[in-house]
Amino acid sequence: MKVLSRIYIPLVFVLLYMPIIIVILFSFNEAGSMSHFEGVSLKWYVELFEDETALKALGNSLNLAITSSLIATVIGTLAAFGINKMRSRWLSGAIRSITNIPMMNPDIVTGVSMMLVFVAAISIPFLNLKFGHTTMLIAHTTFSLPYVILSVLPRFQQMDKSLSEAALDLGCSPAKAFFKVELPLVIPGVLSGLLLGFTLSLDDFVISHFVSSPDYQTLPLYIYNQTAHQVKYSMYALCALMVFAILALLFVVNFAGTIGNSKKAKMHRVR
Amino acid sequence: MRKKSFIEGFAAIPHVVWLILFVILPLVFVVYFAFTGPDGSFSFENVANLSRYGHIFVLSICFALISTVICLLIGYPLAYFMSKTKPKTQKMLVILLMLPMWISLLIRTYSLMAILDNGGLLNSLLESLGITRVHIVGTPGAVILGMVYDFLPYMVLPIYTSLSKLDIKYYEAANDLGAGNCKTLFKVAFPLSLPGVISGITMVFVPSISTFYISQKLGGGLFDLIGDTIEREFQNVSTYNIGAAISLVMMILILISVAVMNHFSEGDDNEGGIIV
Repeated sequence: MKVLSRIYIPLVFVLLYMPIIIVILFSFNEAGSMSHFEGVSLKWYVELFEDETALKALGNSLNLAITSSLIATVIGTLAAFGINKMRSRWLSGAIRSITNIPMMNPDIVTGVSMMLVFVAAISIPFLNLKFGHTTMLIAHTTFSLPYVILSVLPRFQQMDKSLSEAALDLGCSPAKAFFKVELPLVIPGVLSGLLLGFTLSLDDFVISHFVSSPDYQTLPLYIYNQTAHQVKYSMYALCALMVFAILALLFVVNFAGTIGNSKKAKMHRVR
Repeated sequence: MRKKSFIEGFAAIPHVVWLILFVILPLVFVVYFAFTGPDGSFSFENVANLSRYGHIFVLSICFALISTVICLLIGYPLAYFMSKTKPKTQKMLVILLMLPMWISLLIRTYSLMAILDNGGLLNSLLESLGITRVHIVGTPGAVILGMVYDFLPYMVLPIYTSLSKLDIKYYEAANDLGAGNCKTLFKVAFPLSLPGVISGITMVFVPSISTFYISQKLGGGLFDLIGDTIEREFQNVSTYNIGAAISLVMMILILISVAVMNHFSEGDDNEGGIIV
């Protein structure tokens, strides 16, 4: 059993990583071919950075990821607070089930269903809506919300109720009690919700595909359009860059996590 | 006190409004479009015409089922072995497993295609070894391979989470009572990790049945799956209605299968989620 495990685990992981590693290697290939390697060159990276649509798509992606995750975090944190305080279990249960719909539904259904609503909304003149940034922002916020609530709500539920009661007894207004006592206690959940929303938004292709317009591209949409018909080697360069960016992000998050943990440990010591 | 908690419940109002406008209303629109003609009048025509798409549904379900089974067959042993390694190794393996999930599906599919393609690395390797070229892209095998490759981590992670939570005493008890390693695996570990298995199956089956990028790239456009069909019908305003009908049927199919599977795994439904 042990020998089998020693062989099996590395085997599966090697197979899982091989295509990505090969593409990263070949993104440095002078020849622009997947069949033979001619020499190391950055020419595909240069080509990528000379492409203005790529840079614009990157800008759009970041802009959208930041704004949609912030909006989803604010709405979601408030909602988690409210759901936790609700007395009617039926009501809070119903809200939670509906919240989970975009998470359970296939992305393609979420995408086309929102597209149908946007098509209808566009025909209403005073809304002045058109496909592009606004529709994308709405869609990305919508699919991030369940993840924010999923990471914040348990924090509210685990919180000791007597803490906020003590704050109220000692003369805090409910708003002050929320910001001074409850929010700091749920902040790890809020941050992980924010991060989750940010990465989901950066990563989303299927829903964006249906609610965007050709002149508003994000990175995944750009990759999709570029790879629709022919092989483009600058896309390999982009793939490599995105993998490096994810690695860097993971590293930063883990690093921030250790700082956060040591901070928590310090708080424990003070108490 | 009662009044206060009533008011605090109001904090959820923006969220509720958002849900009504952008989750419930869109689904109502799907149902509405599925049961109306292009002129907006009520009709069963779209639903009746769905029989024309029967073969697409069958093909998609077959592809998704096969890739789910393969993911389970590859993924369960991996999760089991992972849960048996040292805690430090486990932590590293989990990060390694999650990393591909963070890499865009487009990138992973495209990388796989770059290797399997006719002018790709695999064929040039085979040629240099003196073996004839293989034609992979455009075969059903390539589409299934793509699904397995893209969604395998989603199978492994929930199963691993379930298995790693198991008390080691279960294994010890089984061994003490005379069960061998294999028997322990099938009679003890597997039934106890069923919630993780169910959640893994859902997490592979749902994206597999609704994908369109994988079949476009690795199927060479030769296989029309449900996702491809929906995507195509929504390119053109006049076919929105039939597209909505197909989406509705797929949604109901998935809801039923998820409900059936959740029925098999009673208890804690939070078990083995991908959210960390």
